[in-house]
Amino acid sequence: MHSEARAPLPLMLAAAAGLLFLLLPLLLIFVYAFTTEEKSYVWPPPGLTLNWFAVTAQRPDVWKALLLSVEVGAVSTLIALVLGTLCAAAVSGTSFFGRETVSLLVILPIALPGVITGIALRAAMSLVDLPFSFWTIVLGHATFCIVVVYNNAVARFRRTSGSMVEASMDLGADGFQTFRYVILPSIGTALLAGGMLAFALSFDEVIVTTFTAGQQQTLPLWMLEELIRPHQRPVTNVVAMVVVLVTFLPILFAYSLTRRGEETAGAGK
Amino acid sequence: MTLATSAPPSPTGRLSDLFWRRPRLLVILMLLPPALWLGVVYLGSLFALLLQSFFSIDDFSGLINYQPTLATYAQLFTPANLDIIVRTVVMSALVTLASALIAFPIAYVAARYAKGRWKAVFYLGVMLPLWSSYLVKVYAWKLLLAKEGILSWVFDQLHIGFLLDAWLSLPVIGGTSLSVSYTGTFLVFTYIWLPYMILPVQAALERVPGNLVDASSDLGGSPAQTFRHVIFPLALPGIVAGSIFTFSLTLGDYIIPSIIGSSRLFIGQMVYQQQGLAGNLPLAAAFTVVPIVIMGLYLWGAKRLGAFDAL
Repeated sequence: MHSEARAPLPLMLAAAAGLLFLLLPLLLIFVYAFTTEEKSYVWPPPGLTLNWFAVTAQRPDVWKALLLSVEVGAVSTLIALVLGTLCAAAVSGTSFFGRETVSLLVILPIALPGVITGIALRAAMSLVDLPFSFWTIVLGHATFCIVVVYNNAVARFRRTSGSMVEASMDLGADGFQTFRYVILPSIGTALLAGGMLAFALSFDEVIVTTFTAGQQQTLPLWMLEELIRPHQRPVTNVVAMVVVLVTFLPILFAYSLTRRGEETAGAGK
Repeated sequence: MTLATSAPPSPTGRLSDLFWRRPRLLVILMLLPPALWLGVVYLGSLFALLLQSFFSIDDFSGLINYQPTLATYAQLFTPANLDIIVRTVVMSALVTLASALIAFPIAYVAARYAKGRWKAVFYLGVMLPLWSSYLVKVYAWKLLLAKEGILSWVFDQLHIGFLLDAWLSLPVIGGTSLSVSYTGTFLVFTYIWLPYMILPVQAALERVPGNLVDASSDLGGSPAQTFRHVIFPLALPGIVAGSIFTFSLTLGDYIIPSIIGSSRLFIGQMVYQQQGLAGNLPLAAAFTVVPIVIMGLYLWGAKRLGAFDAL
């Protein structure tokens, strides 16, 4: 493969330009969080300041929205973990006629445009006279979070060999002990990774949430409001930067978890 | 040993024995909660929505008339609504085309040349924008495209500001500034959905066997011929798979065009307005059927091109 050692220059330039196109706008958020300019998005920033972090920290509406987002994310992730794992275990344990249907059903909520999921849930809620609340937001979020957990768990179940389960049963453990001491440890990291991705998905969701939230504002809804009708741009800049940081950390962590999981699963065979 | 067998089995033990003897029962019990949630709550909602599209709205009272009719679907074909549909489909097609053009070099280098540390750079370079907040990305582009923002500044610094002004004075794609023009909407759509194109294309390119490439050059194929006749055909299913995401996501989005773009509506915005302000749920429901039908046709075509093997 000596001919493949170096990429042609135009190709390298195109790839580099593409990567810059992907990353520069994100870096920009970090610069704007420190700007002294209040009224416009002027570039370059006339000066740099840390002042807006203090101002943002004292805004009760930001804290309230953040807290709601974390609560919704935590509860939705928990529901998605239970339902997604059950689904994955059922699908990978046996082969039955409805496998494909189950997979399709799980993927549907994120395969269809968010606006359709949102309006469908809203129409159904008004049909059964369900008032908007914390739980209607969770209902929507858990629905599309199941798929992330499901995907992670299915991949791990496929790599965990059934002989371990049989060995455990042969040694006298009942089904629950086998689950507690054999199955759970082997799928644990996959569930952790899936759970974190589900949380990140829920923490960021805006389209379905606009349909299923009443008066309450999650953090993305707060941002959307600021994007359409800016009240205080510097506060939005700071919140944007914090949101980028908060979503990056679980992604990096989940990435390292799944990589390590692949290595150990391969060594066991 | 004898102790274990003679002891009366605990309730959990008996339950576990039951599952062991009848595995199908366990599967059914495990599937029941997710099936109830997704099948009843989610599919039920979708079905209720679909049902709404067969009702119509009474022009005088503004109330929903629960008489089954196709009149609401007929409304989709009025010139104003047809305009919205065509505009959205054209935008989705352009965004898909641009994503494919930008994604290909990135995916190609990442799959075939990047090693070690560079591989990680490419991986994170795609994953970070993919997973960072959707609204924050839109916000970043609002900063970029604003009249006083970076893009105008860069053009002025390079003394080519007149090019930007010339572009903005063009009909249809221009506007008073980039952030209120179709060009702006197009740029933001392309940026936000680009990672969804890169990943499947890269996966497809990584699966191109090296010995096929070697065989082609051994048989006298120039690099260009090898690319044209070996690599590109094998990467095509990946591009089609990526285009499913970029096309479908653009088709259904309503946030981006309402924040960055001219005030002319896209399908998603129409759905949102009809169910919210206008209170015309039947028409909103009929509009949601449009992307479903278009994507159904698209998926059918993609399946014939073998795109699903590349996912």
